[in-house]
Amino acid sequence: MSLVNYATREITCKIVYYGPGRSGKTTNLHHIYEQVPDNRKGKMVSLATQTDRTLFFDFLPLDLGMISGFTTRLQLYTVPGQVYYQTTRKLVLQGADGLVFVADSQARQLSENIESMQDLHANLAEQGVDVRTLPLVIQYNKRDLPADMTLRVPELEDALNFRGIPSYSADAVHGAGVFETLRGISEIVLRKLSAPAMAGSR
Amino acid sequence: MAHIESDPRYRFETFVVGTTNRLAVAASRAVAQAPGSSYNPLFVYGASGLGKTHLLVAIGQLALKLHPGLRVRYVPLDEWVDELHAAVAAARMDAFKARYHEVDMLILDDVQFLAGRRETQSEMLRLFNFLHRGGCQIILASDRAPTEIADLDQRLLTRLSGGLIVDLDMPDYETRVAILQRKCEERDTRFETGVIEAVAKLGHGNVRELQGALTRLVAFQRLGEITVTSQNVRDLLGTEAGAEVLAPATSNEFGNFLSEISVAVAQHIESWRARLGEAVAMWNERGYRTASLERALSGQDVPDVDALLQSYAASVNRLQALERKAAASDPALARSEAFRNPERLAEAEALAAGAPGVRRLPPQPEARFSRDTFETGSSNQFAVKAADAVVREPGKRYNPLYIHGSAGTGKSHLGHGIGSEMLASSGGAHTVAVLGADAFSQELITALQEGAIESWRARYRSLDVLILDDVQNLTGKGGTQEEFFHLFNALFAEGKQIVLMSDRAPRALEGVEERLRSRFEGGLVVEIERPDQSLRERLYARALNALGHEPNVDLVSYLGGRTPATATEISEAAKQLVLHLGDVRELTVAAAQSVLGRPRENAASGPAQRSVTSHVAVIVSEDGSFFLPRDKTIWDWPDVGGRLIEELR
Repeated sequence: MSLVNYATREITCKIVYYGPGRSGKTTNLHHIYEQVPDNRKGKMVSLATQTDRTLFFDFLPLDLGMISGFTTRLQLYTVPGQVYYQTTRKLVLQGADGLVFVADSQARQLSENIESMQDLHANLAEQGVDVRTLPLVIQYNKRDLPADMTLRVPELEDALNFRGIPSYSADAVHGAGVFETLRGISEIVLRKLSAPAMAGSR
Repeated sequence: MAHIESDPRYRFETFVVGTTNRLAVAASRAVAQAPGSSYNPLFVYGASGLGKTHLLVAIGQLALKLHPGLRVRYVPLDEWVDELHAAVAAARMDAFKARYHEVDMLILDDVQFLAGRRETQSEMLRLFNFLHRGGCQIILASDRAPTEIADLDQRLLTRLSGGLIVDLDMPDYETRVAILQRKCEERDTRFETGVIEAVAKLGHGNVRELQGALTRLVAFQRLGEITVTSQNVRDLLGTEAGAEVLAPATSNEFGNFLSEISVAVAQHIESWRARLGEAVAMWNERGYRTASLERALSGQDVPDVDALLQSYAASVNRLQALERKAAASDPALARSEAFRNPERLAEAEALAAGAPGVRRLPPQPEARFSRDTFETGSSNQFAVKAADAVVREPGKRYNPLYIHGSAGTGKSHLGHGIGSEMLASSGGAHTVAVLGADAFSQELITALQEGAIESWRARYRSLDVLILDDVQNLTGKGGTQEEFFHLFNALFAEGKQIVLMSDRAPRALEGVEERLRSRFEGGLVVEIERPDQSLRERLYARALNALGHEPNVDLVSYLGGRTPATATEISEAAKQLVLHLGDVRELTVAAAQSVLGRPRENAASGPAQRSVTSHVAVIVSEDGSFFLPRDKTIWDWPDVGGRLIEELR
């Protein structure tokens, strides 16, 4: 999917929230959904189990209106974090313009974070996408939890952010850091507009 | 106006730009740099205390600095309304309008006060239309978006929203810090490290409150009683400040996000594509097809955007001219899709030039009422001479010419006669309309129903001569009066001739707005009296002639002596005579007496009957010059009274 379609004057960014199960991806989307005026958002599609965990994926289309003459839309997706939904994750990942890796700050979840990050790299590699060229940011979620339960941000950076990509602290349940993260990834994705040849290559 | 030029606090340089107001500031600067050409109108809205007024005044100041001589007017809406009311009360509307018509940049603050004021809104709409047509830059500020202003006239709403709408939002934390630092510099005040940041973290969402907090801290510090530290800020400022901004301000996260994304898109998209994209969006919004621009936009090669846009705009201009032309002849034709697509310019040319077989002209003068067949006598010669002067020099002598007299005195005949003469004297080049006020009103209603009001207006405003009969029928028709008022002004301003006919004098037109009546009185008002004996004789002779009878002198004299009689009544009586006499070849006085002596069914329908001799409209003195009866003539014209007598001699 191309980022920009000049014929129809549309910019469409597909942003996928990736990360281990229960790290707060859907919570991010819920907060965004609540903040967006009704005329700007489509129906949030969420296929979840009874225990409110994402079974397949969430989809939230956002209409940002006309910007510089272009109808600009964001399509936000989450992947199911649970290990056994590998196929759905691959499907959702296809054609993503940008990725948000939502990491769980809890100390006991560190291995799940690392595992999920490795899974992401593997899936992208399988689709022939070089992770170094794909816009990616990390969100360290659940920063509101007591300090003794969580790792400090530098520790998380050491474990997950060996490439030094932009990272954000967040408390998605209360909304802190959610829009900062979305803004961060969106701006990186939109930089590709300056290089249309690359945008059109996928 | 005065403080625009003088108040140094309200400059762009002193306006702290953050993410929540960047767009508004950029648009404001653009407007100040090139008034009337970038965003017109510019509509700025935001809650109280976020810097709307600062921005407006800064626009005015920068515009004045860059364009000396630019006539800038800044006025808060309530001040404008006060002026409006004062002007209405003092009957000085013209001066009021002139004051606002003579500006190049109008800055209106607090337009939310338009809510629910219908009269004010319609006056604003008129001003807006006038200024916008003239390319005047209009800038408006409000504490809410145009769509949220209660009871706003739909037409005004579309105009207010027709340019660029930008909002000012609560400043974010960083902007608050920047504002506080700027204010400290201005006041030459220094605080301990962390104080500014602590103040910024308090929940002041509005710059005015923020400044108030700072002022209090400055006072504490100056008084020397307390050292302000980042720890005691909250206590010093009391508890009314909101909670610390740790969690995101839930106010307008999405709005902030949106404005930042807008900046990112604008930065990254190739500028030529953005320009083309914006042009496409704008023209599409105005209903034009943009295939040529879209092709260039989706291409890989960088086109000459300026040339492309100029050529496109030129095509649209041409289309608009063609559309107007077509609309003047047939409104239905103007709705053709070809006038909306520059790629179909040739087709549009053909449509506009091609055979508009059903060319819709305003009602034309009727040939049967010619000037030649209008009998002149002492009772109507003043009106006739004025009419002839109008025919000779349309729009120059007596404009408007207002002819009044009771029903049946031949006003309509004279009106059609003037119209026909004007058509003939211009060789058909003049466009002339003759119609009654009722018909005018009906046409207006039809045009409104068909949604063809613009083309209808255009048709009337392109007239060279407008002759409106039965002006008294405007009574009580507010919409028609308003429409006619604008038409009148438009024609008058262009020096086009206006002739009005009515059964009563302007001042007796009850239910017609004063602004119209005063305009009617502003030209020449003449009265047609009921015909006198000699005119009646000639009218009878002509009427019977037209019906194939040659009346003898006695009969004509007898008939002329019958009083009272209007031209219409005479024509009726002649018809009755001929009808009842049937085969009789020779009309005699006796025969006429037997027919006309009978009570006539329609005799009583005429207006109140008056003696002709007691009301002589024009007294002819021995040397033939005119004296104008004081009670029927407008005397207080600027330097015209004397000349008038000369011309009518």
